[in-house]
Amino acid sequence: MLNIKNLQATIDNKHILRGLNLNIKPGEVHAIMGPNGSGKSTLANVLSGKNGYDIKGEIKYNGVSLSKLSTEERAQKGIFLAFQYPLEIPGVNTNTFLKTSLNSVRKAQGEKELDTLTFLKLIKEKASELGIDEKFLSRQLNVGFSGGEKKKNEILQMKLLQPKLSILDETDSGLDIDALRIVADGVNSYKSKENAFLIITHYQRLLDYIKPDYVHVLSNGRIIKTGDADLGVQLEKTGYSNIV
Amino acid sequence: MKTEDLKNNKEYKYGFTTDVENIRSPKGLSEETIRFISNIKKEPKWMLDWRLKAYNRLKVLKEPDWQKPKYPKIDYQDLYYYSAPKSASDKPKSLDEIDPKILETYKKLGIPLVEQKRLNGIAVDAVFDSVSVATTFKDELTKKGIIFCSISEAIQKHPDLVKKYLGSVIPISDHYFATLNSAVFTDGSFVYIPPNTKCPMELSTYFRINASETGQFERTLIIADKGSYVSYLEGCTAPMRDENQLHAANVELVALDDAEIKYSTVQNWYPGDEKGVGGIYNFVTKRGACRGKNSKISWTQVETGSAITWKYPSCILQGDNSVGEFYSIAITNNFQKADTGTKMIHLGKNTKSKIISKGISAGNADNMYRGLVEIKNKAINSRNYTQCDSLLMGNKCGAHTTPYIKNNNATSTIEHEATTTKINEEQLYYCNQRGLDQEEAVSLIVNGFCKEVLQQLPMEFAVEAQKLVAISLEGSVG
Repeated sequence: MLNIKNLQATIDNKHILRGLNLNIKPGEVHAIMGPNGSGKSTLANVLSGKNGYDIKGEIKYNGVSLSKLSTEERAQKGIFLAFQYPLEIPGVNTNTFLKTSLNSVRKAQGEKELDTLTFLKLIKEKASELGIDEKFLSRQLNVGFSGGEKKKNEILQMKLLQPKLSILDETDSGLDIDALRIVADGVNSYKSKENAFLIITHYQRLLDYIKPDYVHVLSNGRIIKTGDADLGVQLEKTGYSNIV
Repeated sequence: MKTEDLKNNKEYKYGFTTDVENIRSPKGLSEETIRFISNIKKEPKWMLDWRLKAYNRLKVLKEPDWQKPKYPKIDYQDLYYYSAPKSASDKPKSLDEIDPKILETYKKLGIPLVEQKRLNGIAVDAVFDSVSVATTFKDELTKKGIIFCSISEAIQKHPDLVKKYLGSVIPISDHYFATLNSAVFTDGSFVYIPPNTKCPMELSTYFRINASETGQFERTLIIADKGSYVSYLEGCTAPMRDENQLHAANVELVALDDAEIKYSTVQNWYPGDEKGVGGIYNFVTKRGACRGKNSKISWTQVETGSAITWKYPSCILQGDNSVGEFYSIAITNNFQKADTGTKMIHLGKNTKSKIISKGISAGNADNMYRGLVEIKNKAINSRNYTQCDSLLMGNKCGAHTTPYIKNNNATSTIEHEATTTKINEEQLYYCNQRGLDQEEAVSLIVNGFCKEVLQQLPMEFAVEAQKLVAISLEGSVG
């Protein structure tokens, strides 16, 4: 599904990714761990198509070079990024945003756009799966949301848009144990043979709930070690300094 | 052609029949021109005298030049102040003759075909004719004693009301453009709501197209008698073109005891091209008097058109406990300029005013909020709240806020909040990542920014206005 070869990314003359290789197949869960400044969020931004990066190397997504696709085209083709810091958009109702988003994706995929009633039924269903109060959906998008609410909203969007590749950028940061469990349950319930996950995190604790197939250690813009779920457990005990 | 023929022609149900030669007043501004206009409209002598008084006053007034957007000097002697409606032969026969770009915009706004035709002066099939719809509603209004007609008709049929209120809010000696309008105004709307009557519909929702020919020097007078309510809507989201560059309209509102007037404007006159060539100068005087106790006047404006917009819809809060409100969205793109805001003059006790202004600049445009809040010494326990937000798109445009605040008594409070922000790249990225393209993203964010104003618009209009906001900013980012 995703094939990254020798990826290099530079921003403002800072060389951040320095030859990263990664392959993700459908149904797999990959975790990327690594110290601050190792390039984890840059990888998420580059995959989702954020502007401002100078990129070399190759990223293929289902055989298509990502460099040819705009940010929205990537989203429409099933790449989803759960933001580390979800943006507030004042004056925009959460439901309106979600409906616009879903219909943009559906339209691009050649599906019929949903009318308001059908959409509301669907979103209520998805929200209740995550234990999200309906009132929350009529508030302005992320405005005045707690950290946990913002992250739950990201997972709600993921479940609504049904992406093929979901990238979670430090979704666990700032969550209490209960919220962490809800977020993890949300992810686990979306896992399938077709869907893949790339989970970026500092800590093992999210991986206690979402079991990864692979754990990669990112350091200085490269993946320096890859292992199975045990690698994460080991890192939690010994820290990065032993392997970096 | 004689004036009588012209009159008959104007009264023809579908507007235009035979080839009318284009009747025009003498060129330039003169007593002769004013007499010509008054004569062709068969006005009574008092009206002519009123116009001439304004004209004499105009001779000593100077055109103001304190505004931020400057414009080339207007040669008032080089203008025609009256010309008869265009004849059928000058008008397009079908929509095929209309600029495809304009048709594309209509489509985006969701304007029905019939209305598109009307906008362009194409005769419409009688079955769908909105004039007949208008007639039905006019009957309903008449039953309630509501007068809604052209100001020309009101001068003929309701001279007492016109004499009493015309110029009572904007005096004929007010300022240059208002006085010019008083001298040469051609037509406009007149509304009178009798005591304790709630007008059952948004006025002009069904009539908005009929006003499209009144153009240059429009004059509107709305009177809400004691305990009455009216919501009036002016303008149209569809792009409007006009050969006359200068528009100097006057709008006067009078609210008596316990009455409320809600006046909404959507202005989308031709803004000039992408290089800033052409476009309308929209220099309008709008003022409402809350003359009675507990009265309320609320202005809502969505200004997206014109090369220069220069206007300050104002409220004079005379009655005790009266309320004035101003909700504004002013969008300037390319080389458009706006200098707009409001004036809230508090005279009565316990008067309240609220100002919500949203200015959006894109391209090379310049957008100025200018407003006055003045609480006089007898207006005890009065309050004002002002919020001015500016949104910048790109780095070649400008936003300015110039509030004038005068509080003359210690029991009153004035609050002013202002913000200036640039459209946030991170917000756009977030929207893009959720599958929205750049235009959808801008539309969503900007409509969110304008929400407090948009929700003041009459329901059936709010959706069109949202689309208009998005269309006005097309191509301004990325």
